[in-house]
Amino acid sequence: MGNITQTIQAVPLNHYILFCAIIFAIGVTGVLIRRNAIVIFMSVELMLNAVNLLLAAFSVYKGDASGQVFVFFVMALAAAEVAVGLAIIVMIYRNTNSTDINVLNRLKW
Amino acid sequence: MNNYLWLIPILPLAGFLINGLGRNVLSKGVIGTIGSLVILASFCLSVSAFAQINSTGQPINVTYFTWIKVGVFNIPFAFLVDQLSAIMLLIITGVGFLIHLYSTGYMSHDKGFGKYFAYLNLFVFFMLLLVLGSNFVVMFIGWEGVGLCSYLLIGFWFTSGDYADAAKKAFVMNRIGDLGFLIAIFLLIHFFNSASYADIFPKVRGLQGPHVALGITLISMLLFVGATGKSAQIPLFTWLPDAMAGPTPVSALIHAATMVTAGIYMIARANVIFSMSPVTMHVIAIVGLATALLAALIALTQTDIKKVLAYSTVSQLGYMFLGLGVGAYTGAFFHVITHAFFKALLFLGAGSVIHAMSNEQDIRKMGGLRTKLPITFATMLMGTIAISGIPPFSGFFSKDEILAHTFESSHTMYVLGVIGAMLTSFYMFRMLFLTFSGSFRGTHEQEHHLHESPWSITVPLIVLAILSVVGGFINVPHIMGGNHWLQNWLEPVFKLSEPLLAHTETEPSTEWLLMGISVGAAFIALFYAYVKYIKNKHVPVADTEERPLLANLSYHKFYIDELYDFLIRKPLDALSVFFYKVVDKMGIDGLVNGLGNGTVESSKGLRLLQAGNVGFYIFMMVIGIIAILFYRLKF
Repeated sequence: MGNITQTIQAVPLNHYILFCAIIFAIGVTGVLIRRNAIVIFMSVELMLNAVNLLLAAFSVYKGDASGQVFVFFVMALAAAEVAVGLAIIVMIYRNTNSTDINVLNRLKW
Repeated sequence: MNNYLWLIPILPLAGFLINGLGRNVLSKGVIGTIGSLVILASFCLSVSAFAQINSTGQPINVTYFTWIKVGVFNIPFAFLVDQLSAIMLLIITGVGFLIHLYSTGYMSHDKGFGKYFAYLNLFVFFMLLLVLGSNFVVMFIGWEGVGLCSYLLIGFWFTSGDYADAAKKAFVMNRIGDLGFLIAIFLLIHFFNSASYADIFPKVRGLQGPHVALGITLISMLLFVGATGKSAQIPLFTWLPDAMAGPTPVSALIHAATMVTAGIYMIARANVIFSMSPVTMHVIAIVGLATALLAALIALTQTDIKKVLAYSTVSQLGYMFLGLGVGAYTGAFFHVITHAFFKALLFLGAGSVIHAMSNEQDIRKMGGLRTKLPITFATMLMGTIAISGIPPFSGFFSKDEILAHTFESSHTMYVLGVIGAMLTSFYMFRMLFLTFSGSFRGTHEQEHHLHESPWSITVPLIVLAILSVVGGFINVPHIMGGNHWLQNWLEPVFKLSEPLLAHTETEPSTEWLLMGISVGAAFIALFYAYVKYIKNKHVPVADTEERPLLANLSYHKFYIDELYDFLIRKPLDALSVFFYKVVDKMGIDGLVNGLGNGTVESSKGLRLLQAGNVGFYIFMMVIGIIAILFYRLKF
């Protein structure tokens, strides 16, 4: 445990923040510009993981374990969400033969 | 005796309930008997109450239950019979009984016989409550109740639109006055923390200071406003002539003998408050005199027999107020008593004429009824002499007392008062001559039908005629060898205000002179009416013909109704239209409908944003999150 801490602390916290921000931004961009629902999903995962990494980093630097507990929560929720989301996407694909979100304009009134 | 006092008002109430509930079941004979007998029983009890006061000299004060109680403030339901209310009780039940008796004959052909007697009993109940109450609040119940019964009875033949309108007019005008009365009661309660006469009046005398004078003036003026409504004074007098739409006995009982004198009773009752405010006294005297003259001028040219009497009533009530205004409380109340006798008599006589003439009320179509209706003629002649102020009939004594006191306070007012008395004498004899002398001017059918009325109508006439003749002797002035019985009797009631009123002693010679002037004036007017209507056989022109300017003004009641219409109703109508069209339709409706329309319209626009495009939604979400972050973190 001590080693891991030291390893993580070898990199300054600023770097983590910058890195996570970049990954998060990539995720946001992916969500916004991609049209394939599955890729959008992957981008969402990217955002979640950026946050997870940041939580873990802060947790280590602060010496407080609760950040890591949050990471587990996020992971569990993401898994559940992916299961439901993928199921929806599969159903949409079966009905429309497409996962292009620009085709999916049925969320109207 | 104290234990039976409550029966006086309760008996008529019982009569109202029995007749009202059984109006379709009981026969006319039973209804008439019950209706009349309850009043007769009340009259007997009133006589015994009067006798008790006469022997002990002490007012009877009975508290039945606590009616309104808030903290230390307390309004009991209590009756007070003193010298003032004892006389009122006798008038209400006595004249009331005669009019009930008369009604059994007069209304015998009417479909609403039961309803009529129920209302009439209810009226007597409320009127008794009005005079019996020992505080202003109980008086106010009766005050409102008689207004209600007046409304019900004026509109008795409600199927005619005009009659229903007359009823509404009376009701609304009375309400205007009642508002003043009600505010005055609130102010009295505010200042004295009680509504009882016994609490308020002694305290009023002790009050001092300019602040108090203002408050007392305000209260007395508001009370007077109430009195103008009920007693038909300027500006609230136009309802009384219209009230003639009701059955004639109602006109006699309510609109001549009892209800319309409630204003005078109330002022006489609260005489201390009024005596404390010279301003109000002046206003009362001026309003009374102006009403007396205006109504007398209108009465000069009226052709409806009941309208003449109605304006005469307004005019005589004006005299009573003049008397109150100059501090002649006894004189004013004396006139209430004598007026109750002769005006009830005149109305009932007019009813007898109308009855004989098959509902004809226009004196232009009458004439020569003297031989056909001898009893009616004889009794009405006595009533006419009495009201004209010719001695020794009752009206002379009461009117003379008022005029004598007016002379003490203002010579101008006295002259105007005498002119009014002259007008009274003229229009009354004009009506009498046109109705009973000369030749018949109606249709053949009517002439054939003419007959003297049945005993139930003539007996009350005869009794009232006797009272009209001898009624004045209850207060014969000293110079004529009298003992001022009424003044001595009422002295305890007016004791508190006595020191407040300035009295100048009139020389006996002056007093004789004043009497001579008023009697002379009455005789001049009588003679003029005789020359015009008997010797020259003048008959008022038909409605279609031109009249001289002044006669035209008088005939059209000086266009007072039209004036009110123009000054009050038209602006109110315009204001209502404004409120309806602008404030309600445009303002309030516009606001409410505008909100609804705005929501619908804006959502039509916003709906277009919902393209259903997932990518766009997500984009908006991100923009939203960024915006929130910027806002919260204040980058």
